[in-house]
Amino acid sequence: MADAQTASTRSLSGMLTARRGGASWHWTDVFTYLYLAFGVCLMFGPVLWLALSSFKTPAGLLEFPPTLLPLGQIEVEVEGHDKPLPLYEVTMEDGSVRELAQIRRIGIIAQMVDPADPETSIRVPIASREPIREFRVAWENYTNPLERFNFLTYLNNSVIVTVVATLITLLINSMAAFGLAIYEFKGRNAVMLFVIGTLMIPITIILVPAYLVVTQLNMVNTLWAVILPGAATPTGVFLLRQYMLTLPRDLIEAARMDKASEWAIYWRIVLPLSLPAIAVLAIFSVMWRWNDFLWPLVVLNRSEVYTLQIGLNAFQGELDVQWHYVLAMTVVTLIPVALVFAFLQRFITTGIASTGMK
Amino acid sequence: MAHQPPADIDNPTLGERFNAVASWPMRILFGLLETPFRALQRLLGIGRMPYIFLLPNLAFFGIFVIVPLIINFAFSVTGGDELFLNDRPYIGGEQYSYLADCGNYLDPQSCREDRFWRGIYNTITFVFFQVAFMVLFSLITALILNREIRGRGFFRAAFFFPVLLSPVVVALIWKWILLRDGVLNAGLTSIGFERILFFVDPTWSMFWAIFVSIWAHMGFYTLILLAGLQAIPPDLYEAAEMDGTKRERVFWRITLPLLWPNLLVVIVLALIKAVQIFDEVFVLTGGGPGTATQFIVQYIYTTGFSNQVQNFGLAAAASVVLGVVLFVLTLVQLAVTRRREDG
Repeated sequence: MADAQTASTRSLSGMLTARRGGASWHWTDVFTYLYLAFGVCLMFGPVLWLALSSFKTPAGLLEFPPTLLPLGQIEVEVEGHDKPLPLYEVTMEDGSVRELAQIRRIGIIAQMVDPADPETSIRVPIASREPIREFRVAWENYTNPLERFNFLTYLNNSVIVTVVATLITLLINSMAAFGLAIYEFKGRNAVMLFVIGTLMIPITIILVPAYLVVTQLNMVNTLWAVILPGAATPTGVFLLRQYMLTLPRDLIEAARMDKASEWAIYWRIVLPLSLPAIAVLAIFSVMWRWNDFLWPLVVLNRSEVYTLQIGLNAFQGELDVQWHYVLAMTVVTLIPVALVFAFLQRFITTGIASTGMK
Repeated sequence: MAHQPPADIDNPTLGERFNAVASWPMRILFGLLETPFRALQRLLGIGRMPYIFLLPNLAFFGIFVIVPLIINFAFSVTGGDELFLNDRPYIGGEQYSYLADCGNYLDPQSCREDRFWRGIYNTITFVFFQVAFMVLFSLITALILNREIRGRGFFRAAFFFPVLLSPVVVALIWKWILLRDGVLNAGLTSIGFERILFFVDPTWSMFWAIFVSIWAHMGFYTLILLAGLQAIPPDLYEAAEMDGTKRERVFWRITLPLLWPNLLVVIVLALIKAVQIFDEVFVLTGGGPGTATQFIVQYIYTTGFSNQVQNFGLAAAASVVLGVVLFVLTLVQLAVTRRREDG
């Protein structure tokens, strides 16, 4: 049986990758690898470009055309000047090249000085000078927002929302799934239908009335307004119930014989055995909550309660966008997701392919 | 969480120590919750316990989904700009007739609420191109990933990666590339083209809205199609090979017909998602230039929440319209899924 299986896959792969005449490539082989190479560049390239850009100084970001790596102009201390002066490579009229520091620029003429001879100033046209640059990483893009803006608050809020909402979701969804999977009771099918029905109601079509409910409950501009409405996910109930149905019933009967309470059966037997499904739901819940946008945008209107996504949106919407900070904050927002992806990618991709949920 | 058998007490390993520490909160929580639940069980009997387990979840559903769904209609038939329903006068179908008041339905300019109709037409354009090209590229990618290639796991992951990114991050990544002084314009000028102000031109803005949302979501649909391709029995390909059938013919006669149910599901799922487009495009273009990339969800959001006068009634009426569209699409989805499972 196993041999037949391998033989069939081999012949399948043989057929799909067969090259005419052995050595020469069929055009589809070339196309495949070109497509994949292009695809990888298109999928990862923009993210890499964001990460590289986030380490550039504001001056570096303004350069056009942009440099690939974060570069900063070298500055030197010159006697008689309070601030360090930017260093340039100047081509003199006689064709010699000198390294000079710029004191000031007047129109198209730059007033330069030789760091070794600070007394005499030299005037050169700006076209003849090139800035001298070195590889420099602007860590301040990352450290400044921590001190100057509410960035830490946003980060904190996002973490609280993600963790608390995921815990609540796991608890109440697994309880409901337990109720639906283990017991035969009146109205079970009705509840199941109800759960599947609510799967089809996206937040986009109940924006106004959901806002009213949250207002009535006095939760506007609190993190609870973001945490609670999405806690009872129909997807979660459905996923966990399907998994719990596969657990052996004898275990539960045996526990009942031993006079275990129903709660103990749920907590000590079914929950630990359902850990794989709970882990899947936990990953999805973290992703949903961390990335959530429209609903928090509606219910969070004060900067102290912004999550990262809302904070980022507010920053990028300002009239004078401080891109060096926006880029760095975007990278920070991206890190948890990138980590989850790096460690769990095989798990997630196969999980999604089999459950068909996002 | 699991009940650990007592290990070698004198010399616990690091893992056992960690487990012991980590299980403490769970045990405390168990202790706290067990007593009331045991009491409830004694009071109500074992037959009523499933209702107790279902209660919290159903309460959340009820409060935050079902109740809003019902009062959405109440909002759409009342007027004024108060939020609380008691303060809102009943006006019947006025919101709906206001939305539908058009000289000529093909020309948003002639409608009283032209933003709504522009939103609808923009959404139709977006949905058509986004779904068509996303399904096309997902299919090509799935077919390629299904071949016997080196590093398939890596490539599959690469195409899936953007699915995990938040819409805000996706939008900012591309905004940074597409800015006036961005890297794309640098590339264009270096090969002799003029700079393009992508977000000033309506057509380019729509193009990038579609492109970016395909970039962000196609990995998900690729995975579903890949799973479908891998479920096609290999014997069929073997038989075709023995008959010396051409590749093109194999694709049209075997692959496509057998993949068709999955393809349908993907198309309907993508439709349902695309109709609700908001997040990425809102951050990327803000709906502009003008109203060139303003879609129906953004219309609901701005009408209800970010205008000077918050017109909750009109927003609710528009969301009822959107709800009906989604409901129809969902029925189609159910029919399609059932057919896939049966056949």
